[in-house]
Amino acid sequence: MSDTVTHDDASRRDFLYIATGAAGVVATGAAVWPLVDQMNPSADVLALATVEVDISAVEPGTQITVKWRGKPVFIRHRTDEEIAAARDVDPGSLPDNDARNANRPAGTPGDDADRSADPDGKWLVMMGVCTHLGCVPIGDAAGEFGGWFCPCHGSHYDTAGRIRKGPAPQNLPVPEIAVDGSTITLVEEYKA
Amino acid sequence: MSAIPHPKYEPKTKIEKWIESRLPIIGLIHGTLMIPTPKNLNWMWIWGIVLAAFLVVQLATGIVLAMHYTPHADMAFASVEHIMRDVNGGWLLRYAHANGASMFFIAVYMHIFRGLYYGSYKNPREITWIIGILIYLAMMATAFMGYVLPWGQMSFWGATVITNLFSAVPFVGGDIVSFLWGGFSVDNPTLNRFFSLHYLLPFVIAALVAVHIWAFHSTGNNNPAGVPVRTKNMGEVNKDTVSFWPYYVIKDLFALALFLIFFVVMVFFMPNFMGHPDNYLEANPLVTPAHIVPEWYFLPFYAILRAFTGDVWIVQLTSFITGGIVDAKLFGVLAMFGAIIAMALAPWLDTSRIISGRYRPRFKWWFWLLVVDFFVLMWVGAMPAEEPFATISLIASAYWFAYFFVILPLLGFTEKPNRLPESIEADFDAKIAAKYAKKADAAAVQPAE
Repeated sequence: MSDTVTHDDASRRDFLYIATGAAGVVATGAAVWPLVDQMNPSADVLALATVEVDISAVEPGTQITVKWRGKPVFIRHRTDEEIAAARDVDPGSLPDNDARNANRPAGTPGDDADRSADPDGKWLVMMGVCTHLGCVPIGDAAGEFGGWFCPCHGSHYDTAGRIRKGPAPQNLPVPEIAVDGSTITLVEEYKA
Repeated sequence: MSAIPHPKYEPKTKIEKWIESRLPIIGLIHGTLMIPTPKNLNWMWIWGIVLAAFLVVQLATGIVLAMHYTPHADMAFASVEHIMRDVNGGWLLRYAHANGASMFFIAVYMHIFRGLYYGSYKNPREITWIIGILIYLAMMATAFMGYVLPWGQMSFWGATVITNLFSAVPFVGGDIVSFLWGGFSVDNPTLNRFFSLHYLLPFVIAALVAVHIWAFHSTGNNNPAGVPVRTKNMGEVNKDTVSFWPYYVIKDLFALALFLIFFVVMVFFMPNFMGHPDNYLEANPLVTPAHIVPEWYFLPFYAILRAFTGDVWIVQLTSFITGGIVDAKLFGVLAMFGAIIAMALAPWLDTSRIISGRYRPRFKWWFWLLVVDFFVLMWVGAMPAEEPFATISLIASAYWFAYFFVILPLLGFTEKPNRLPESIEADFDAKIAAKYAKKADAAAVQPAE
């Protein structure tokens, strides 16, 4: 039965070989992980405070830019014409028919009413970060659709901040907000 | 070390023998310097030395600049001005470092196109070529991160646009970008890690350069005729080659001296010619400059990135086939990296067995069109994203891919190459004969004046 013994021996060695290799891989992975994970946002970056903005002084047809989590947020007091232009569009014809609104369920169609901060559509609050490669679009009725225009690669957004033309794939996202009279609160989204 | 036979180093003195038996380093240096090198190399074979020299320039100036620079979002911009105004000779060090990067890229593009014309990528030098592409990628990463460090407007927005490229990755793109940033936007953590990596990568490049040299010293240099060195016996080797030291060392150093003149003219008389005025404005996360342009050496690939917008049929088709996973943004990113991968694949895409483009009558035309294409892409990359530049960049991008994926594979079958010289010696002798014939003609004409 020497053959069997040799075979058993071999499989025992194989097992030890694989077990040692597997343990080595796991140990290496465990040792490398902290070196990789340190790149992710640190606790102080994640713990950015909530921002409250007083919008009582923002006149119709103007906008303010607030810095939140290192990025600009556009808060625009829209004119009646802008609201009408935004609501006149069939959402089905949009390049990105999605509200991209953190205050609505995911996948809500891109109607203007589902993007504006209030039911009348007077206030539009959204991230001022182009969904193409992250530049800050120029506002105040810029671009071919009277909304925003990104100078970097030529993306045109309409008066509801929806992408209409150019390389950007998505509408400008609406962050989670709470509206209380003349105060808009940008809610901290803590992801750990 | 080399496939070409050459006399081995024999330690003669007692101390040489003592060292060599413990660490054969003198033999290694001797073997590297004395390597038999084809004697017909032309002036396009000088760029390797120029590149090595500029790696040293960048390392030396970079290490001393790091002694005065502060990698903090609030202080970086001011610390660069501190270098320019207060540090002894700081302006010279910074301008040499910034322009040195441009010189490095001029040399690398000459080196790459030399390889593409003379078939240096082909059998048996594929690994040398692949390592070269890796060096080029590492150079681009290093240059990009270095440009972020002054924390000007172009630094900041260049960093924003380029890191955002990774957001195009399906499903996990957002997480990758936040991982790269260490936050929700380009900010202090980003600047810190870029500084760390900018310091690290040049040493990775140095190591890759050593492997690059090792690889082509193993196969022997390519040469303008593309025919290999005859290796049957030392007599043949001696007819086809000369020793690297002193012949090519002196030639290369002469070429380097000329190139350094160009370099110091840039540094002393037009130090900001390659830069952007916007980068003398401190980074402002709330305002994007009206026209973001990368450094000149990225422009051709930046043009390819921007060329494929959502209204191009191939983008729409790809989006349809992949169920929308590959959208216009991802397509552009894939095209940009694909343009470099296409170069890396050249050894296998080129089906011609003739190494040197000099003996390929049709290839020459396509090659020079590729060179023109490269400059066209560089030009449209600097233009705003509107017509007619959008169409031009699309056509130019299409040619870049067509050259590698259609023309190179087909030419090998359809082209009738010219007759190759019998050997490097024959090529060399023909060149010398032609040169003297010209001189003789000139001499014959002169008395008639």
